[in-house]
Amino acid sequence: MSRQSNRTTDSKKMNSELFTLTYGALVTQLCKDYENDEEVNKQLDKMGYNIGVRLIEDFLARSSIGRCQDFRETADVIAKVAFKMYLGITPSVTNWSPAGDEFSLILENNPLVDFVELPDNHSTLIYSNLLCGVLRGALEMVQMAVDVKFVQDTLRGDNVTEIRMKFIKRIEENLPAGDE
Amino acid sequence: MDTRFTRGKSNILERPLTRPKTEVSVSAFALLFSEMVQYCQSRVYSVSELQTRLADMGQSVGASMLDVLVLREKNGKRETKVLNMLLFIKVNVWKSLFGKEADKLEQANDDDKTYYIIEKEPLINAYISVPKENSSLNCAAFTAGIVEAILTHSGFPAKVTAHWHKGTTLMIKFNESVIARDKALDGR
Repeated sequence: MSRQSNRTTDSKKMNSELFTLTYGALVTQLCKDYENDEEVNKQLDKMGYNIGVRLIEDFLARSSIGRCQDFRETADVIAKVAFKMYLGITPSVTNWSPAGDEFSLILENNPLVDFVELPDNHSTLIYSNLLCGVLRGALEMVQMAVDVKFVQDTLRGDNVTEIRMKFIKRIEENLPAGDE
Repeated sequence: MDTRFTRGKSNILERPLTRPKTEVSVSAFALLFSEMVQYCQSRVYSVSELQTRLADMGQSVGASMLDVLVLREKNGKRETKVLNMLLFIKVNVWKSLFGKEADKLEQANDDDKTYYIIEKEPLINAYISVPKENSSLNCAAFTAGIVEAILTHSGFPAKVTAHWHKGTTLMIKFNESVIARDKALDGR
């Protein structure tokens, strides 16, 4: 139905509250279905991965960003372009490891957690774990294997929300000939 | 109970409830919703079960949204009349969730308990293609759940279902008691 509008490069925006609450409904449902925080974390990561695999195409089509030269550039694109485009926020990139293969994203206002307070019996739930899966899935599609995890979360009483990303390796196999 | 309120893990209770200006991209929502539908689909056997699951999730969204909206848009005053309540949904709820009013609000000709909210191109269904073998599937069941929760939690118990009719139609069937009360209020 909205085929025509797909060609425009600027993406349509919507109120973040429906998004936030829909995500909340999903997490609530997962908590009911699994009854174990670890399993919920895993499922969120898996769903995020599926989203990331599809999201990267949308992102590349809209952003006209070419191949990143190094991990530092990747970090910049994720924080300044991708997060801005999809979630309307710009996390800061800090805590680079000396080797340049690890960094942290600090999220100021994570739109996923706007109305959220974690009850005490879900202290090991990583509420926004979907994001880790999204980042991992999207980067895998551009031949980068990365490890993504939350190391701090304001929902669990930390001062900031921090996602740690570690570059593992460039994925060489299964690359179709001539594919960018 | 006291631990929950004294630990202060987050400052959620300190935050203002006024309308935030934050926006996310529609693609982000579409991808998330699609993943939700697939997740639900993997755990059910029939279309109607799938719709029930989506509606359940919508219910929790509606329940959370109601208080915020009443406070923001209505200065904390609740509606007591059926028509005003329906208009609140058509105008205020729709605007804050989907950025526009619902296309149409109609009452069934033959039944004073039944109302329709009609949306030609609902946001929820914008990116969803329904497979032929499941042509009755309507992911707007999620929206139906939102509306049902808002009505029920406002004291208007109703059953809301999604149908393919003039686009997508949400059929609202109020409990007998709601209509009886409304008529009694009219008589005064």
